[in-house]
Amino acid sequence: MLSTPRTTVRIEPQRMLQSIHASADWVGLRVVKTTETLRGVRDQKPKANGSQVRYGAMVEVLVDGQIGYGATVDLSTKGLQAAADAAILQAHAAAAWGLYPFTEQIRPVVKGNQITAPERALDSLSPKEINDLLIRICYTLKLSDQIIQTSATAIATQRETWFASSNGSDAYQSSASVVMDYEATAKEGLVTQRRGANGWFARAYQGGWEWLLTPQLWEEVQRTGEQAIELLTAPECPSDTRTLVLAPDQMMLQLHESVGHPLELDRILGDERNYAGGSFVQPKDFGHLTYGSPLMNVTFDPTVQGELASYGSDDTGVTARREHLVKDGVLQRGLGSVESQLRSGLPGVANARACSWNRPPIDRMANINLEPGETSFKDMISKIEKGVFMQANSSWSIDDQRYKFQFGCEYAQLIENGEITQTVRNPNYRSTTSDFWQSLSQVGDRSTWEMFGTPVCGKGEPNQIIWVGHASPVCAFDNIEVFGGGE
Amino acid sequence: MIFSLSTAAVASQSRTLATERLELWEQTFYRLSDALQGECRAGEHFTLSLVAEDSQFTRMNRARVRQSGQVVDGAVKLTWIANQRTCYRDLPFTGNWAEDWAAVKPALNDLRQEIDQLPEDPFIVLPQRVAGSKGKSRAVYRGNLLDRDRAIAELLGPVQGLDFVGIYAAGLSVRAQSDSAGQRHWFATESFTLDYSLFDLKGQAVKGTFADRTWDSVAYKANVARAQQQLQLMDRPVKAVSKGQYRTYLAPAAMSELILMMSWSCTSEAAIRQGGSPMEQLRVGKRQLSPKFTLRENFSRGLVPQFNSDSEMAPDNLPLIEQGKIVNTTINGRTAQEYDVISNGASDSEDLRAAEVDAGDLAEADILKTLDTGLYLSNLHYLNWSDRPAGRITGMTRYACFWVEQGEIIAPINDLRFDDTLFNFWGDNLIALTQQQELVPAVDTYEHRDLGGTWTPGALIEDFTYTL
Repeated sequence: MLSTPRTTVRIEPQRMLQSIHASADWVGLRVVKTTETLRGVRDQKPKANGSQVRYGAMVEVLVDGQIGYGATVDLSTKGLQAAADAAILQAHAAAAWGLYPFTEQIRPVVKGNQITAPERALDSLSPKEINDLLIRICYTLKLSDQIIQTSATAIATQRETWFASSNGSDAYQSSASVVMDYEATAKEGLVTQRRGANGWFARAYQGGWEWLLTPQLWEEVQRTGEQAIELLTAPECPSDTRTLVLAPDQMMLQLHESVGHPLELDRILGDERNYAGGSFVQPKDFGHLTYGSPLMNVTFDPTVQGELASYGSDDTGVTARREHLVKDGVLQRGLGSVESQLRSGLPGVANARACSWNRPPIDRMANINLEPGETSFKDMISKIEKGVFMQANSSWSIDDQRYKFQFGCEYAQLIENGEITQTVRNPNYRSTTSDFWQSLSQVGDRSTWEMFGTPVCGKGEPNQIIWVGHASPVCAFDNIEVFGGGE
Repeated sequence: MIFSLSTAAVASQSRTLATERLELWEQTFYRLSDALQGECRAGEHFTLSLVAEDSQFTRMNRARVRQSGQVVDGAVKLTWIANQRTCYRDLPFTGNWAEDWAAVKPALNDLRQEIDQLPEDPFIVLPQRVAGSKGKSRAVYRGNLLDRDRAIAELLGPVQGLDFVGIYAAGLSVRAQSDSAGQRHWFATESFTLDYSLFDLKGQAVKGTFADRTWDSVAYKANVARAQQQLQLMDRPVKAVSKGQYRTYLAPAAMSELILMMSWSCTSEAAIRQGGSPMEQLRVGKRQLSPKFTLRENFSRGLVPQFNSDSEMAPDNLPLIEQGKIVNTTINGRTAQEYDVISNGASDSEDLRAAEVDAGDLAEADILKTLDTGLYLSNLHYLNWSDRPAGRITGMTRYACFWVEQGEIIAPINDLRFDDTLFNFWGDNLIALTQQQELVPAVDTYEHRDLGGTWTPGALIEDFTYTL
């Protein structure tokens, strides 16, 4: 067995911090080490096998109210000192032009270890066993010659973060995560349909192989191949207005794009306007805005076991805890770090997160979840005269204010007179954020609730890709514009 | 130790350090390669890739600094091949030989243990020197960048009083490749990109980019002045445009967003073969694009490395779509092995690295007159396939977008969602392309600073479809 590569680097953050000489009001050191092992198979043949090891340090200094940072891959004393010098240079150069005068308050003291150990360790499967698993998935997906491509990928990541600072922080966090993705592409003539496992890389969890090697795995893989073929002859999704029912593997995208991002305080404060965009939400809206129907309850919850973005404290040392973002349809608080809270005067959460050692913390989603309601799936469908049930995201696009969106799914079934009937292909829908969430008419109970995640949320300047989790029950939305594909 | 040097002295030192760093990185990278060559046993092969940078990132909001810092980063990817199997390790690279070899050497041992556990890979590309190829290249483009201690003042001084927001990224970037066949390629460039927006009090905005290897203060101020002029047009009352089809002018920055979609499983030979590309419709002759539309990879401008991770060199000029017909696809060595075609040095993902759309015959002065009545779009945002096999793309208008009547800009518009197929807007509905191409620089900084950009003219389109 050899799933995780050996590395020789020794990380001793307190010693490293003490070796740094810098004349500053505050000095912090964040060291990050990640080991990501990726194995991929296409059409039962290996496509990629390997590991990426990354480690490095970010030195932050506070000078005259301005943070400057220097990040380096060189963890030697000389390398860290060069990073500290660079941070000092940047802080001095920026101090006269700073956006907001910060104090040490933005880096509270945090101490202790948080180690999340998986049930089935990442190295409990050998490279051969993982390849065998992925090959078997491809084999199972290949149900006929109509399946022209199969693929399966597994990614296992071990992430460690050390944080030490001149005001006494000394913290360590370690977690493992796993991601699995598989898909079948079916083709007949010029009709091509793709069906995957809950959408692109959505099966993403904090923990070990126990999250992926479930008793249902092979049944789900078989169904994925069958549905890819089924879609080839299914009619296009109708183009009209009807009740839209979304499975949790599409709700995750809906939450992410139209609740998570618009509530990020750095967007509202304007930091993101040049890249990801701003937000239709205004500072005055917190505590007042009716974001959705009274059935809408959304939480920021980095404490859910197994959800991808769970942690003990954020990358500035703030202790993480569960908070309601939207309660009974009313907007409560934003996704803003201590820095954003000071700048805006608004309530926030512990969400200053950096994708790695080489990027500074910014406002981020962690786990953003829609809380379950009380309606069973059967009861929900029985109440719908004309609707469509969509599953698994395939396309996503929303404007820079997070308002006008259009999303597509892999698979859908019509709902007619209280029953699920015909399968349709290329299902899409479009709406505006406010109209959409106001139309939330039914929220599924705990039995319909599922948890997913995405390892690839992009944002920030310089750009950062980070991992977030989303959980939701099945939900129904009234009077939504839906449509199919084609030219 | 108290920080005792003046910031100016440190900045001057940092330029010297950049030169020393570049030399050190090159020496260490090739020393690693030599050492690995020495470790190679009969039947073993390897490739070694390097991505490294020494960059300043300054993030700005409301003409002030939000965050500013420097990043020195490097990574080497060692791909080992033996017994028709392959695996890799991607490791930190510091430029310090002892530290880097201390990481690479045990990784090699790990790779040798792992590789025998893996299935055979029938499509492995063995490192080999192409007949007639030198197998070596070296391109180093030194720049004249802003000193790091005065960059912020230089950037923000001229924009005081404006709502200026964006990112300045500058420094040294390296890409390198070597292998067990003795091939060696080195590409280093010093460059900067400034990607910014100007906002007015109503929240309307215009976009600007400024990128080069040498900072020019006069050109920077002129760039901002042009953006300010455009912003003044945004001061007019907004026109709410209903969904529907409108004659539309896509400025080069808007065109570049659509061209970037061609990198997403589109021109890739593998994607076409595996059912993921709308280009199949061109290949089988079901659809064709306008004779006015020609898309190529043009490496002759020297903005990006010409080599790929197999040390294959892409041709200087590779037409992909010529006068509306597909004439080539992007093909890497692995795809070539699998489908028995010839590689043209494409990247691992067969995306576009040096995309260029040929210019047309529409004079800049005639754009508004020829548009007559319709929409003038400066930028597009957040594009995605709404039906990839059908070539259908959705996205949003963004920044300076205007309603035009009888050749006159009337008003900025509310943002609109479009949803249309490339077979329409680059097909029968393509009225004209402008005479001038522009470089729309690559400004992404995911993991590391991107290089290069897209050269494209603007495009005038009939009946572009808006849906929300």
